[in-house]
Amino acid sequence: MPQPQPEPEFDELYREIILDHYRSPRHHQPLANAQVVAEGYNPLCGDEVELQLNFENGAISDVSVQGRGCSISQASGSLLGDIVLGKPTDEARRLIGLVTNMLTDAEAEPPEELGDLEALQGVAKFPARVKCATLAWHTLEDGLKQREAAGADRPIVTRHDE
Amino acid sequence: MTTFDIDRIRADFPILKREVHGQPLVYFDNAATTQKPRQVIDALVHYYEHYNANIHRGIHALAEEATARYEETRQKVADFIGAPGPECIVFTRNTTESINLVANAWGRKNLGEGDEIILSTMEHHSNLVPWQMLAQATGAKLRHIDIDDEGRLAGDSVEQLIGERAKLVAITHMSNVLGTVNPVRQIADLAHAQGALLLVDGAQSVPHLPVNVQELDCDFLAFSAHKMLGPTGVGVLYARHELLESMDPFLGGGEMIRRVGLEESTWNDVPWKFEAGTPNIGDVCAFGAALDYLQELGMEQVRAHEVSLAQQAMRRLSEVPGITIYGPKSDEARGGVVSFNLEDIHPHDLGTVLDRHGVAIRAGHHCAQPLMARLDVVATARASFYVYNKEEELDALIEGIQAAVRLFRAPAPTRT
Ligand SMILES: Cc1ncc(COP(=O)(O)O)c(C=O)c1O
Repeated sequence: MPQPQPEPEFDELYREIILDHYRSPRHHQPLANAQVVAEGYNPLCGDEVELQLNFENGAISDVSVQGRGCSISQASGSLLGDIVLGKPTDEARRLIGLVTNMLTDAEAEPPEELGDLEALQGVAKFPARVKCATLAWHTLEDGLKQREAAGADRPIVTRHDE
Repeated sequence: MTTFDIDRIRADFPILKREVHGQPLVYFDNAATTQKPRQVIDALVHYYEHYNANIHRGIHALAEEATARYEETRQKVADFIGAPGPECIVFTRNTTESINLVANAWGRKNLGEGDEIILSTMEHHSNLVPWQMLAQATGAKLRHIDIDDEGRLAGDSVEQLIGERAKLVAITHMSNVLGTVNPVRQIADLAHAQGALLLVDGAQSVPHLPVNVQELDCDFLAFSAHKMLGPTGVGVLYARHELLESMDPFLGGGEMIRRVGLEESTWNDVPWKFEAGTPNIGDVCAFGAALDYLQELGMEQVRAHEVSLAQQAMRRLSEVPGITIYGPKSDEARGGVVSFNLEDIHPHDLGTVLDRHGVAIRAGHHCAQPLMARLDVVATARASFYVYNKEEELDALIEGIQAAVRLFRAPAPTRT
């Protein structure tokens, strides 16, 4: 049987940054008294992401990312932790928009400010995997929205189904 | 070993000549749907080119020919599963619709508060959700037979649960995840001793092993043509004749009636009473060609071929470090479906890598979420075999798995 050639598109999906975040996920320590616990679940493939968040002066002061699932879902969560930590919530919302746009539009040029997240760009070419990558972002979006609705002063748990 | 001339069989399947990502296609997703031989494709084209017409109503030659072919397939189905006659065979769209037909046309009339429907934790959603809906509508209760560590129905659980309140036992003949072949005949005896009926989900058994409804003594059997070389859009419900007679119609409309008044109608004879509207004539006719194909191979041989592939697959997979293989180990208790998980590699990632090697497997919950929960996994990878698969194709599977292991388990090189 002929040896499979590495395909450019394939490398585009499993970029080294993604594999690295999958093998050694960042922000993995659970928070003791998180103000927001946002759980995300993709019933189709069983991917799970749990975000724990604390806020100070309108910014995300602490983030923990846990979960189980495929490399794309878990690396995406880990990269999310990297970029939203310390960001004002409005700014985090804006980033969610940029990232989800990049993940769903194969033509979109990722803005430079996304940094390492650009590694997720290839996902847009794998329709079956897009939801793996968007899970963490939609989970965060949901958590932020519900925190706002709940009035920000008591801890909440949110559940998002991708 | 099998008496199959595998190269001759493969030559009948045009799709097996195609490549995927530059690699020869290795199709191991047969539990989802199977590929179609030239004979079936030709039969479908032949229908549209030569005798396309609506059935049971025209008095012209084409309508007569189409009706004859359609009804001929019903007879072939009856013969294929050892049914007493074609009046026991109802054509539906798929297994799911067949089960829904029973839940609605039999269940709503015969079940009430406190009655029990006995299922198992290994059921496909299509043999679970219709019963949940029925239970909600009638007040009946669902009970689930558990599985043991090897993925077989737990014997004590079977006997305990099928008690005097049981009105229906609905169980899969072969699990689409674990490959387990369930002792349907024994379950039939237990169910009947309590006055309950037995519905068998045959979606994975009728295509893969000899099935005889009279030997199994089941009351209902549901299966899909597309999983046994036939076209999509055709399902079968076998039911005992008296049951069909006593059941209410499922859908109302043309074909299923005898006389229609403004306020009331009377029903057609069985099985047509359950086939409202224009059925999937072309695909039913082509399904006849699939049944012929399998008859010619012989279902004993089909079974033996798949057992041998599953055995090889399990032997070779078990050599992969960090692998968990689900389901029974012994040949009699399992069919050609092998589900597994690799430590640290999610089935979807494995599926993507294998796809690049031309190998099509299924990764996910396989429409069996309660079973996933029972196994405490979010998903599994699944390779499932059919008549055209050969041992050599397992090489591509194993190579693909090794590539995934290299990709996901390798320590990350330092970034530059
Ligand atoms: C055991 C079992 N039951 C039921 C079904 C449903 O079949 P269909 O989708 O053709 O209705 C399947 C197929 O996925 C199956 O494997």
